[in-house]
Amino acid sequence: MRDIFDLIGEAFQYGFMQRALIVGTLIAICSAMLGIFLVLKKFSMIGDGLAHVSFATVAIALMLNASPLFVSIPIVVVASIFILRLNEKAELHGDAAIGLVSSFSVALGVLISSVSQGFNVDLFSFLFGSILVISKSDVWLSAGLALVIVTTILVFYNDLFAITHDESFARVMGINTKFMNTLIATLTSITIVLGIRVVGTMLISSMIIFPTVTALQISKSFKSTILIATAVSVLAVQIGVIGSYVFNLPSGASIVMINAGFFLLAFLFRRVR
Amino acid sequence: MNNQIEVKHVSVKYGNHTVLEDVSFSIKKGDYIGLVGANGSGKTTLVKSLLGLIDIEKGEIVYANPNIKKGYLPQIALTSDSLFPAEVKEIVGIGLLGGKIRPKIITKLDLVKIDAILKRLSILDLKHKRIGDLSGGQQQRVLLARAMVNSPELLILDEPTSALDPRVREDFYALIKEINTLDGTTVILVSHDLGSVQKYAKKMLVIDRNVLFFDDVALYANSHHHVEAHHA
Repeated sequence: MRDIFDLIGEAFQYGFMQRALIVGTLIAICSAMLGIFLVLKKFSMIGDGLAHVSFATVAIALMLNASPLFVSIPIVVVASIFILRLNEKAELHGDAAIGLVSSFSVALGVLISSVSQGFNVDLFSFLFGSILVISKSDVWLSAGLALVIVTTILVFYNDLFAITHDESFARVMGINTKFMNTLIATLTSITIVLGIRVVGTMLISSMIIFPTVTALQISKSFKSTILIATAVSVLAVQIGVIGSYVFNLPSGASIVMINAGFFLLAFLFRRVR
Repeated sequence: MNNQIEVKHVSVKYGNHTVLEDVSFSIKKGDYIGLVGANGSGKTTLVKSLLGLIDIEKGEIVYANPNIKKGYLPQIALTSDSLFPAEVKEIVGIGLLGGKIRPKIITKLDLVKIDAILKRLSILDLKHKRIGDLSGGQQQRVLLARAMVNSPELLILDEPTSALDPRVREDFYALIKEINTLDGTTVILVSHDLGSVQKYAKKMLVIDRNVLFFDDVALYANSHHHVEAHHA
């Protein structure tokens, strides 16, 4: 037991662990705050689809020897708007639109990695997350973007709440629902790209879905759902990152398993209440 | 202009399918109009046109006051989600967002307005309840409170009683009548319930792609044989 506490203390000494905890916490806050709008609007799978798109964009960035964050953000934002429009205009079922874009993106990423030699190890680290690759500039960029995301959500909170509950009524209230949906998709894209460093493209959507679904089991109001989801999300990241160091496990998978544990506890609590 | 709303030769199409064709009528302030028609006759399309939720292909809808405050109560099945995590006061607060400047904060005065409408609709005790935990009738009152909280001049109700049992339905119709009579709020009630429309509304608008009948409810009986076949 003493060894575990020594290891936890040791973890905080390392720069890469400090950076992972800071970036992880920022992503946890952003993903939990956005999660409620995505889950309740039944947009959860957009997060999953965009994560697959980010796999392709990371492959492109590595091929071009460019920063994955800078390459990924604009492409994933465009993809998110494309999915929304496909959903609205092309009379495709929402899930089908996401399926088209995500399978195309994964195929593109695989093709790029197969024809380009030498970066497959790097690509693997983006698939499942690697806290070792988080740089100081990543921390600053994450902090800046997290500030933008949180501020935007706070400024548009009541509009977002209104369109999440009843889009028709929100329009009668003069709210531009198309703009709000685009805003949600854009903020989600940025959060996903930020998160792939920590949990990877395959697992980032879980950070959007799990904390909200956990909070929904026990919350009563919209605001309390956001607060509980944020607390759960931050706790899961911190326990997951530290636990991954102590037990020598992958950080992304550890965070997801902690989130799954919280969900199970909340689900059981609701059942017995 | 004496009319509050003028609908002039309105046509609406979904693809190649014409849902409304050359619909014209006018509404005066304080009217209580029962909008009836068979399934697929264009009732909901007409309501959405009046609310500006869909584009009109031809014609125009002219409001005497373009900034008229509108209240809207959609069909309950469209909004009910038993897991939706919101308290009654949060839901009702959405009705106050129209015309607010961002960040659209719910003020202390707004909270007073929310309490007042909840009290008027006899659901103040539900203020902190989660919407999904309420019965169908209670949820419908909450959504009516959301539509009413900003004192609308026009209240549009789209089949508001379809999910309610008969006793709750009668209470609900009586409440709408009171809002129309005491506040002078113009009411448009879409309904399949012809009996209740005849009992409570002042005018009846029967549509089936275009207007079949639009006059005082009392006159509807005489023309009954003309439109009977169009009811569900």
